[in-house]
Amino acid sequence: MTVPAIELKGISKAFGPVQANKDISISVAPGTIHGIIGENGAGKSTLMSILYGFYKADKGEIWINGKKTDIPDSQAAIAAGIGMVFQHFKLVENFTVLENIVLGAEDGGLLAPSLAKARKELKDLEQEYELFVDPDKRIDEIGVGMQQRVEILKALYRKAEILILDEPTGVLTPAEADQLFRILDRLRAEGKTIILITHKLREIMEATDTVSVMRRGQMTATVKTAETNPEELAELMVGRKVLLRVDKVPAKPGKPILEIENLRVTDSSGVERVKGIDLTVRAGEIVGIAGVAGNGQSELLEVLGGMRPGSGTIRMNGVPLALSGPGSDGQARRAQGIAHVPEDRQREGLIMDFHAWENVAFGYHRDPAYQRGIFMDNAALRADTERKIEKFDVRPPNGWLSAKNFSGGNQQKIVVAREIERNPDLLLVGQPTRGVDIGAIEFIHKQIVALRDQGKAILLVSVELEEIFSLSDRIAVMFDGHIMGERLPHETDEKELGLLMAGVAGEAA
Amino acid sequence: MDSFLTLIQVLDSTVRLATPLLLACLAGLYSERAGIFDIGLEGKMLMAAFFSAAVAAVTGSVWLGLLAGIAASLVLSALHGLASITFRGNQLISGVAINFLAAGLTVLIAQDWFQQGGRTPSLFAGGRFEPITFPFAETLSGVPIIGPIYSELLSGHSILVYVAFLMVPATWWVLFRTRFGLRLRAVGENPAAVDTAGVSVVGLRYAAVAICGVLCGIAGAYLATGLQAGFVKDMTAGRGFIALAALIFAKWRPWHAMWACLLFGLLQAVALRFQNIDLGGIVIPVQAMDALPYILTVVILAGFVGKAIPPKAGGEPYIKER
Repeated sequence: MTVPAIELKGISKAFGPVQANKDISISVAPGTIHGIIGENGAGKSTLMSILYGFYKADKGEIWINGKKTDIPDSQAAIAAGIGMVFQHFKLVENFTVLENIVLGAEDGGLLAPSLAKARKELKDLEQEYELFVDPDKRIDEIGVGMQQRVEILKALYRKAEILILDEPTGVLTPAEADQLFRILDRLRAEGKTIILITHKLREIMEATDTVSVMRRGQMTATVKTAETNPEELAELMVGRKVLLRVDKVPAKPGKPILEIENLRVTDSSGVERVKGIDLTVRAGEIVGIAGVAGNGQSELLEVLGGMRPGSGTIRMNGVPLALSGPGSDGQARRAQGIAHVPEDRQREGLIMDFHAWENVAFGYHRDPAYQRGIFMDNAALRADTERKIEKFDVRPPNGWLSAKNFSGGNQQKIVVAREIERNPDLLLVGQPTRGVDIGAIEFIHKQIVALRDQGKAILLVSVELEEIFSLSDRIAVMFDGHIMGERLPHETDEKELGLLMAGVAGEAA
Repeated sequence: MDSFLTLIQVLDSTVRLATPLLLACLAGLYSERAGIFDIGLEGKMLMAAFFSAAVAAVTGSVWLGLLAGIAASLVLSALHGLASITFRGNQLISGVAINFLAAGLTVLIAQDWFQQGGRTPSLFAGGRFEPITFPFAETLSGVPIIGPIYSELLSGHSILVYVAFLMVPATWWVLFRTRFGLRLRAVGENPAAVDTAGVSVVGLRYAAVAICGVLCGIAGAYLATGLQAGFVKDMTAGRGFIALAALIFAKWRPWHAMWACLLFGLLQAVALRFQNIDLGGIVIPVQAMDALPYILTVVILAGFVGKAIPPKAGGEPYIKER
């Protein structure tokens, strides 16, 4: 029996009345990839923050390489050979890659020798792990995939033997994620121990050797990945059986609701992002737009939602929409029967510091049902919120909490409840399950399909191919502002869509 | 030749008048680069001006005065640090409080000590920083062009003027060539990056605020014991705010800060020199000239300089999070 690289014994941590970690014990063998899976708020990040010295555990012991180790701060964690790649990168954006790597690990008072040494070591690390970065580029000039590599290099430069990655694929495209997993494989081959925190089952199955499941602050199981399956893990995570596939009957498309002809959108810096697209969405169908982020899907949604001007023709129920100037804002769109679940719920969908019941009113605050004379009828609004919270199973069921105090999944439920409950003719949905846990994903997907079955039109934009496949009745692929082609989900596969997403035109495009 | 001499004299007073601005501006630069906004530069300078003049008047030693000024400014810095770093308070409010505190306390203590209506006694030799004359300044003054530039413009300032201008390359070097500078800039942009790298955010920010205090102290001491001979009520006259405007104008860069401060100094010098300008029949009144530096401040702060991007974490207390 080899000595475990990391051993946690009976770790407990409470924040006020909330028990974030309850008596957690875990043992990770060296040279393996160990997954920790659990829903948002299950306590995964808290546990890792304790291991990295961000929080101090109330109880419990940390053993590193068979030695009991105290980790009061990040400095101690680094000294113990632990490196951490946070979900939100901790990089200085206007510094170069090299400066970011050196920061905090300088060799002396002067910068020049430190930078020179780091440049040399970086070359070796690149060779060893095939982690290529340009040391002289500034962080704000490189993409997120590259930024993540900088974070990994930062840890390696500090001689980390244990690498913790917190939700590393949340911001990555599928191709970038695959690349990350190849890097992790390589690191494991070199003997590093890796802890991968995620709520995505697919990643656990693909990348890890062993997996621990957390639920509500407790470790519910630790199993060998090869001896389990996604369904079992999902059940352990959520505490009940979860349907991983969306159950739906074939669509019965009706008359066209949304007709787009030659739509063009130019962004604020003058770059054309949507370059003349045609698309129709019919009543009773879900049209999914697939594509790598940044190929014009966001701009398309924003024009439809009244957040950005465009040119061309868009008809809603046969009536042309104003695409710029008066009558082209979100209020007008809602009056025309278009509801919008925006891509970034924290910036566009909610005001994080406002109560849930206030957030439920946004966009519909002029609804006569919420008015009493010249005043808002807050009591009516709160009653309506309570009803929506119950129907959409928002947890905790408290309309007085600020939006920021809900988990990602429950935030999204508030937005979806607000939009779907208006009974729109057309629902625009952007990244409905980004940062949302499995239980909530299942629920939100069900709601979207239910709306379709009522004969409504739905336009879905998602970078998750899995989601596109399971929800869409028809799939359009966007690349560089164009629609590369439309496919029916049962007549295509990930490979073909992947090619279209990369701009390789199919025969029917 | 006459107009050339006038020019040299105006430039000479530009340098003198720019000195307190430059010191305060660099003080603000250290603090804001570390993410602590400081609108209390004015108050710190004022407090330093008073204590330096008071101690110099009482002891007769300008150096003791300087030390007292720096100490007074540091006390206010510590207050600002305590409020905005340790207790994570609002940095603007803390700065405003410091300005009010300094404006009131200086006059109150001055009246209590000296009974001269809120001022200190005038300082005489020993209580002031004397001009330093460069070697051969006298001999060379006869040489055309170079002579006046050397003997009038470069020579003949007090030591604090040279300190202020040497602080410019020194600040640049510290900021961009040392470990401390790298960390200081990082903590103003993304304190979480510094924290996770195992470096103390609190320690760095206190260090920056302390440097700010020392420089403001020198600036105040120069006002009362170099530029003028004693403390009078509100003698900083908004210089702390002009220094802040210069800092934004310079986009938080040391060399640009120097040029910005020289520009403001020039405006003040012109206003002092040409009290009433006659422009072909239209006389620009002295009040308009005096207001010029302040008007420019407003124009600059109104965003005339184009996009000035402040340090990203500026003004935000650092709260550890996952």
